[in-house]
Amino acid sequence: MAQTATRTPASPRSGPAAATSDEFEATASHPKRGTKGEAIRIEKFSLWYGAAKALHENTFSIERGLVTALIGPSGCGKSTLLRCFNRMNDLIDNVRIEGRIEFDGLDIYSPRVDVIALRKRMGMVFQKPNPFPMSIYENVIYPLRIDGIRDRATLDQAAEAGLKGAALWNEVKDRLDESALGLSGGQQQRLCIARAIAGSPEVLLMDEPCSALDPIATAKIEELIDELREHYTVVIVTHNMQQAIRVSDNTAFMYLGRLIEYGDTKTVFNNPVHQRTNDYVTGRFG
Amino acid sequence: MQHQPVAELKSDAGAESSIVRLVRASQTPLVARGEPFVWALGSALALGIAMIVGFLVLVLWNGLVTFWPKPVALVTTTAGKLVAGEPTRIEAYRPSSDSIANLSADLQSAIRGRNGYADRTLYRIGNYDLYNEDFRWLSDFEKASVAYPKDLLFAERLEWGVFVGTLKAAQIGGETLDRPNPRDPKLIAAHREARSRWREIRHIERNLIGRVNYNIDQLRLAVRRAEIRYGASSPQVASARAEEARQLPSLKAEYDRLAAAAQALKTKDQAINVTLAEVGGREKVLPLSALVRFYPANDLSLAEKIGIYGSRWWEFVSDEPREANTEGGVLPAIFGTVAMTLLLVLIVTPFGVITALYLREYARQGRLVSVVRISVNNLAGVPSIVYGVFGLGFFAYTLGAGIDELFFPERLPNPTFGTGGVLWAALTLALLTVPVVIVATEEALSAVPRSMREGSLACGASKWQTIRHIVLPRALPGIMTGIILAMARGAGEVAPLMLVGVVKLAPTLPIDSYFPFIHLERSFMHLGFHIYDVGFQSRNSEAGKPMVFVTTALLITVIAVLNLTAILLRARLKRRFVGSQF
Repeated sequence: MAQTATRTPASPRSGPAAATSDEFEATASHPKRGTKGEAIRIEKFSLWYGAAKALHENTFSIERGLVTALIGPSGCGKSTLLRCFNRMNDLIDNVRIEGRIEFDGLDIYSPRVDVIALRKRMGMVFQKPNPFPMSIYENVIYPLRIDGIRDRATLDQAAEAGLKGAALWNEVKDRLDESALGLSGGQQQRLCIARAIAGSPEVLLMDEPCSALDPIATAKIEELIDELREHYTVVIVTHNMQQAIRVSDNTAFMYLGRLIEYGDTKTVFNNPVHQRTNDYVTGRFG
Repeated sequence: MQHQPVAELKSDAGAESSIVRLVRASQTPLVARGEPFVWALGSALALGIAMIVGFLVLVLWNGLVTFWPKPVALVTTTAGKLVAGEPTRIEAYRPSSDSIANLSADLQSAIRGRNGYADRTLYRIGNYDLYNEDFRWLSDFEKASVAYPKDLLFAERLEWGVFVGTLKAAQIGGETLDRPNPRDPKLIAAHREARSRWREIRHIERNLIGRVNYNIDQLRLAVRRAEIRYGASSPQVASARAEEARQLPSLKAEYDRLAAAAQALKTKDQAINVTLAEVGGREKVLPLSALVRFYPANDLSLAEKIGIYGSRWWEFVSDEPREANTEGGVLPAIFGTVAMTLLLVLIVTPFGVITALYLREYARQGRLVSVVRISVNNLAGVPSIVYGVFGLGFFAYTLGAGIDELFFPERLPNPTFGTGGVLWAALTLALLTVPVVIVATEEALSAVPRSMREGSLACGASKWQTIRHIVLPRALPGIMTGIILAMARGAGEVAPLMLVGVVKLAPTLPIDSYFPFIHLERSFMHLGFHIYDVGFQSRNSEAGKPMVFVTTALLITVIAVLNLTAILLRARLKRRFVGSQF
């Protein structure tokens, strides 16, 4: 997790010397606006791992009810940024932040914020499927279990809803009591999505959810993201630009901890404002 | 040079050199070749296995043959004396020049031909009450003849060890049997009856009278407790005394009744006796109930031998020790070992797991934590006797004495918790083994994938919920490994136990039918200490030696069973919580 801006492999055309703040112009911003307003607003947000600055004064906002993709070369800070939304970076020592991230108009880094409540409103799906060593059923209802819900009917309902929402219900409905570790990789990842949505969050954070999966499983997950769009605000970090084109409404291109371009996915990929975005999406570096 | 033919086939010089290099040549340095190391490592492993297997075979073989009934030899010495006994072992020794001076010239030259060595045999002659020794060495040149007469009897007695001789007569219910056959059904039936009568007497004396005594003691203690708590002239003391006075007569009557019943049985028992004669002719009259087992040693079928073997093993694992532990069983020691080990696990597990959880999950990983961790690891290197001293000084004499003063003042100056006991022994061993559990648990905790913790936290679980639902179940197999290691170490430890509660002979088990049923303050017997005791502290070490092997074999078995149970449990947990990760 300790990716830092300084460790970024620089491409020949933008050597380390180019990576000074003067080089960067203001972020090109032309996002598609949703109908429900902003979900997350990032304001001049910077983050340091120890002395290394990983995020540089980023400002943009994520639209409610849309799918937003974060793209960029390895180490550009997109996962770091994603993990700031539900404060997973709290687990790492020596992290320092500046600026604000607002969710529902409240600064999530304010001391008044209940981190646990925040995480309950933001489900997260990780790069590698991480089902718990329990039954499929127990995995899905984990968010309810930790809330102390014991009513069997409520739990059953949540399990079914979660698994249906993650398009896994038909495959596992007859073996809910079997260990989740016996599922295939793609099924495990959908189980993790089911778990993330069983707690009925508002936002789904996905950190390269398909990078450990084969193409068929990836296609299923992408299909699923498309369906989730209607109910959740989805933020997805991806290395796969085709995937970003397929699933997202807005795309944010980051480079060396800075947001370079944020806008409508079609525009970002077909007609980017920024030269560096163009270089990246056309495969000249990254 | 031996590669010449290969090289000749190739005209090209470059190809030649590469061919030569491919074929293993003498110029390849030894270190560059794998085989010598494989051989060295393999033989190291083989050596290790050979030592372990050799040890186990030695212990198990010696342990297993001990109870097999052996024939009894009747030796006529050159001096014309008769000696009867089980030949135990033969060794070469150097007889003193005096003892061979008056031997025949043939024998003398034979001994000289062997550089002054002669063979001698150790006989287990028994009859300690008559001979004042259990074993006797006889040199080959002292023996005139050796016979195995069928009428020789081998009898195990409750007191004075074994008797070797003949069955002269038996007195059963007024009827006298002269020179009875040991297999006489009448004798066998009478013996069975006498043994059950003996057990009945023991039951009355120990359990029934014991309970009466216990009740009398409780009344006395109630008075004493009231005196201490309320003062000697308080109404509480008066009522306690009244209660004592009310109950005492009936208890005394009960005591007298039981004592009379026991006495009646004993009188009956004395009437049924056997007359045994040793080979020298001296006779001994014993109640039949005093014989645990008797058999014609030189006249046994295989089935009878197996029967005797089985009954000796059964006695060993199910009965109490006799004869300063060298005979009888070790049930109290098995019980004590298992109870102490389980108690140790109950104490060390929460203690070690909680410590490791704090160190690994909650504490900031700084210098202080490193110091703590190093100290914990160093604790494992402290000699165990030091823990024993600490356990005695701190647990028994400080904590225990405090508990006595607070809760059992009426029993002072007799200590209750203020002396060694099974609780203090388990606590001491817990202290000794806790580093193992801490280290294993820390390893197990750090092996829980970060992705699982993050998954749980991202669901909105608190840190404790994550540990409780995700981390601990997943780490459980690793924690079990630590517990298994701690258990193995704890069950095999003897030195500290000698200070904190193990005794040679414990009159009572730590668990019985008296309130509160589990008596953690009681001293107990332990197989490890039992080995030391029979091997080095008993009246005669020859009798103890085979018991050392038997007890060791049993201790190894007990520990193996405990460990196997834990290992099976761990395998189940592993299947359930770790599973196959792709």
